[in-house]
Amino acid sequence: MSKGLNSLKEWIDKRFPMTSNWEAHLSKYYAPKNFNFWYYFGSLALLVLVNQLLTGIFLTMNYKPDATLAFASVEYIMRDVDYGWLIRYMHSTGASMFFVVVYLHMFRGMMYGSYRKPRELLWLIGMAIFFVLMSLAFTGYILPWGQMSYWGAQVIVSMFGAIPVVGDSLTLLLLGDFNLSDATLNRFFAYHVVTLPLLMIVLVFVHILALHEVGSNNPDGIEIKSNKNPKTKIPVDGIPFHPYYSVKDIVGVIGFLIIFCTIVFFAPEFGGYFLEHNNFIPANTLQTPDHIAPVWYFTPYYSMLRAVTVNFLWIDAKLWGVILMAAAVIIFAFLPWLDRSPVKSIRYKGPIFKFALTMFVISFFVLGWLGMKAPTPLYTLLAQIFTVIYFAFFLLMPWYSKIDKTKPEPKRVTK
Amino acid sequence: MADSFSIENEMNGRRRFLVAATTVAGGIAGAAVATPFLLSMMPSERAKAAGAPVEVDIEKLEPGMLLTVEWRGRVVWILNRTPEMLATLEKLEGQLADPNSEKDQQPDYAQNRTRSIKPEILVAVGLCTHLGCSPILRKDIAPEDLGPDWLGGFFCPCHGSKFDLAGRVYSNLPAPTNMVVPPHTYLTDTRLLVGAESKESA
Repeated sequence: MSKGLNSLKEWIDKRFPMTSNWEAHLSKYYAPKNFNFWYYFGSLALLVLVNQLLTGIFLTMNYKPDATLAFASVEYIMRDVDYGWLIRYMHSTGASMFFVVVYLHMFRGMMYGSYRKPRELLWLIGMAIFFVLMSLAFTGYILPWGQMSYWGAQVIVSMFGAIPVVGDSLTLLLLGDFNLSDATLNRFFAYHVVTLPLLMIVLVFVHILALHEVGSNNPDGIEIKSNKNPKTKIPVDGIPFHPYYSVKDIVGVIGFLIIFCTIVFFAPEFGGYFLEHNNFIPANTLQTPDHIAPVWYFTPYYSMLRAVTVNFLWIDAKLWGVILMAAAVIIFAFLPWLDRSPVKSIRYKGPIFKFALTMFVISFFVLGWLGMKAPTPLYTLLAQIFTVIYFAFFLLMPWYSKIDKTKPEPKRVTK
Repeated sequence: MADSFSIENEMNGRRRFLVAATTVAGGIAGAAVATPFLLSMMPSERAKAAGAPVEVDIEKLEPGMLLTVEWRGRVVWILNRTPEMLATLEKLEGQLADPNSEKDQQPDYAQNRTRSIKPEILVAVGLCTHLGCSPILRKDIAPEDLGPDWLGGFFCPCHGSKFDLAGRVYSNLPAPTNMVVPPHTYLTDTRLLVGAESKESA
């Protein structure tokens, strides 16, 4: 039996690099031995991606991308399709959990300096995945064609209209009509189920290839490849990904699935945060709901969009809001070049960085909370203050990361 | 003849030119092929044909009432303003960004304080000029959420922009311009045509 399997393996290996890839990416891929809790989120993001792809395929079997049929087809999935409710809730909960996992994954990178040399390109590919994820969330949210779908899309598409010169033609190209209509829903469906998922899969593949080229960072922010066993050429602080981390990640998966299933079975709308109440009302093109806010994962940026209320230089407040919102997302991509600290990890960085990162996290949460609230003068002022703090974290980094008092990095990874 | 197969020898002037010419021709072909795909994403002929003007009977529109009609898939408001409402327009002008409607957001015949043909009847596209939400008519004076200066107007729930009862935008809020007044005309005293200046031009 095993002899037969062995010769089959040899037969394949002569025709396809099966064993060599298995070794290069799993059984002989050496990852730092000091990974902690924060290193679960990469593999969890992959798990959520698989969940979204699988449940998404089954949803398309019953969903109708037509402005007159879409809302009813979603309710049909919920009520009449066997287990349709489960598949749909897995998909909608998966969307929110995708952002939870990706935000934590990004925060891990910010804590341990995972974006620093030689991982700048890995970080940039990750940013591209983040943009695609946001586009997927936006196009997907339109599909049920409820009130929030319609008016949320109206706001986002109008943002492109604020771009000077090309704004108006770009809006027509996005909408496929002179206003948000059936044509728009139909094409967003195409983006959501074909274009963007394909792009996402390719980018995730490239992200992992880039990771395996440079190797993982770790909580100490030191390079394990600079200390190899002279005989075996294996990093002394490295352990093979399989079985060590494949097994560790299964523990993370179990923990994650406990939370995920609890939400799917007991609180799929999550109090209106994952599925907004107004989206259970069919789209009405004549009336905006009294209070509209995007889903929680977009609210920090949404607060910044409406925080600008004065014209400044030759650009009006509307365009400034759009610029600020886009900048708030894109600015993460510059982190590899903004950080001038001699050390990577927060463990060895000084008090100024720790304070700055804390302020950034606070501003992210406060802006997120404000984005869910109706705008009042006080809330607008708060949004303005925390927008400044958010950007100060990035823009002042070249200065404060240089003068900060750091501790020396260890030679070997620590516990 | 044998060494003419080596790459270095072959990348001479003639081959370099051929490679460049093929690349350019391929690029042009690529752009040409992309064009129909891009154009297919613009509004279709059917979408362009839609958008006929709408005729509205305003005989039963009492003073203070708002009527909502749909024109080209957009909300159009017809508001019958009371004399008290009209009186607020002048008082608010200090707080407005464009009180004289100098920006091209209305036909010439609506470039006045009331932004209308008949002083009391406002016809406006009911979409915020910020990001396209539909503002809410708030007739209540000095409500708690809008502050003591509020004399009635339109408030956008999305991003907090405010407009007066002629659709003129308050300054220092996200919306940049006054609301759009669509082309409109009166066929009779109580029959309003929204979307065209005469029945023929429609």
